[in-house]
Amino acid sequence: MKNCFRVHPDDNVATLLEDAEADPVNLIAAEARAIKLNQPVALGHKVALAGIAAGGPIIKYGIRIGVATQDIHPGDWVHLHNCASLVDERAATLDAQTGRPTDTPYE
Amino acid sequence: MNTEKETWTGYWRPDGRQGVRNLVLVIYTVECAQFVAHAIAQGEPATHVIGFPGCYDNAYAIRLLLSLARHPNVGGVLCVGLGCEYTQPARIAEAVRLSGRPAEWFTIQDVGGTAESIARGKELTARLARQIQRDVRRAPMALADLTVGGECGGSDGTSGLAGNPSVGAFFDRLVDAGGTAVIEETVEMVGLLPLLLERAAHAGAREQLAAAYAKMEAYARSVRQHSIAPGNFAGGLTTIEEKSMGAFVKSGSRPIQGVIRVAERPPHPGLWIMDTVPDEHFMQFGYTNPNDSEGIMDLLSSGAQVNLFVTGRGSVIGSPISPLIKVTGNQQTYRRLEGDMDFNASRVLTGEITLNEAGEELRDLVVQVAGGQASKSEQIGHREYFIMYKHQNAPSPAEGCRG
Repeated sequence: MKNCFRVHPDDNVATLLEDAEADPVNLIAAEARAIKLNQPVALGHKVALAGIAAGGPIIKYGIRIGVATQDIHPGDWVHLHNCASLVDERAATLDAQTGRPTDTPYE
Repeated sequence: MNTEKETWTGYWRPDGRQGVRNLVLVIYTVECAQFVAHAIAQGEPATHVIGFPGCYDNAYAIRLLLSLARHPNVGGVLCVGLGCEYTQPARIAEAVRLSGRPAEWFTIQDVGGTAESIARGKELTARLARQIQRDVRRAPMALADLTVGGECGGSDGTSGLAGNPSVGAFFDRLVDAGGTAVIEETVEMVGLLPLLLERAAHAGAREQLAAAYAKMEAYARSVRQHSIAPGNFAGGLTTIEEKSMGAFVKSGSRPIQGVIRVAERPPHPGLWIMDTVPDEHFMQFGYTNPNDSEGIMDLLSSGAQVNLFVTGRGSVIGSPISPLIKVTGNQQTYRRLEGDMDFNASRVLTGEITLNEAGEELRDLVVQVAGGQASKSEQIGHREYFIMYKHQNAPSPAEGCRG
């Protein structure tokens, strides 16, 4: 089974240590358990460990790294499509899948 | 601890500073002299080049150039101007001579064009190289004599879990050995003010950190750009807040002694934060950290004889003046870019080594590189640099030791 890692006990997301398919992955934390991924999640990306309601905080390293922009279910990939910065306005304009800019004309 | 393993023979400069390389530095004072400066250094492994492209001089850029010209790894300097520009090669050479280092200068207009200038420059740098080889004093150095800078770039979800924590583990050891660690990138401390203040060594440092944080926050808002790029998002980082926490762990766990500005040397050993964000000025100077090489110039200006660069997605850059050691916490990146990576921190994530062991291995690598072993980017010949227009208020001499 592939591994994901939770940094802080308060975190509601964990980071994938390998590219993983939509299968159960092993959570490395004080209470090791399996998390079923709802879709493939790549190395370095995050999976939700608990349900997070729209507007709720995304916690990693024990701090709020952003807010949920829609309801997030356990096992969901957490990224630009469902999580937003509280300070960085430009990030909201980026392509949610790739992070590439969409706001600069190339013409 | 095997202390014998942690000493090496360094280069003592006439001003008392200690270097780990013995270089000739060619400095051009306007973009128009850039081609000639690089042609002079072509094929000379111990002759590096930096320069400032602008024609109009800028106090910040001059301070930065002077701090690099008198860097501990630099033995001698050749300044090359075109002849029209505000920045004065003769005055840079004069300041370098006052530090006890040999320095020469000329303008391309005086010497008579490209071919003549390259020939004159090669003759002068060859003479400087012979002179610094002959005259330099060799003496033992240890970690306590070292300033090491830490930077990250191309960060991803592994950077905060493996790459940066490994550097943090090394920095703890460096500080405990009496050495100096410097990190910048206050623009990647977004949301971390309480953590920063908790780490302050004393009330003065706490005030400096609070002021640097407030300035950074206002500046990033005013230019509508935070320090996060498409590659960071692709690598799993979703927000600047997340990236910030991952970046800040490279500071390790020791108290922060205070905030220094660009071209300022840490007044005493320990862990320091460098503020590289522009101060308020009637001219706006754009983004504060346009690329990784700019940040590495800033770290060099603190006198860092070695710099560590953590990359998750993979970067191939090097640096003039000081060896750059590249660390990745991403096993895919390590495999793909092994020819460029010096340290595989992904072993922390696979459980092959502990973070403590990573810190020790990194210390051993820094000692080897300080002792003369070429880092990967040095072997390849990477010497990227970037010096830009910016404004920072000049520190007053009363504020302490300025370099």
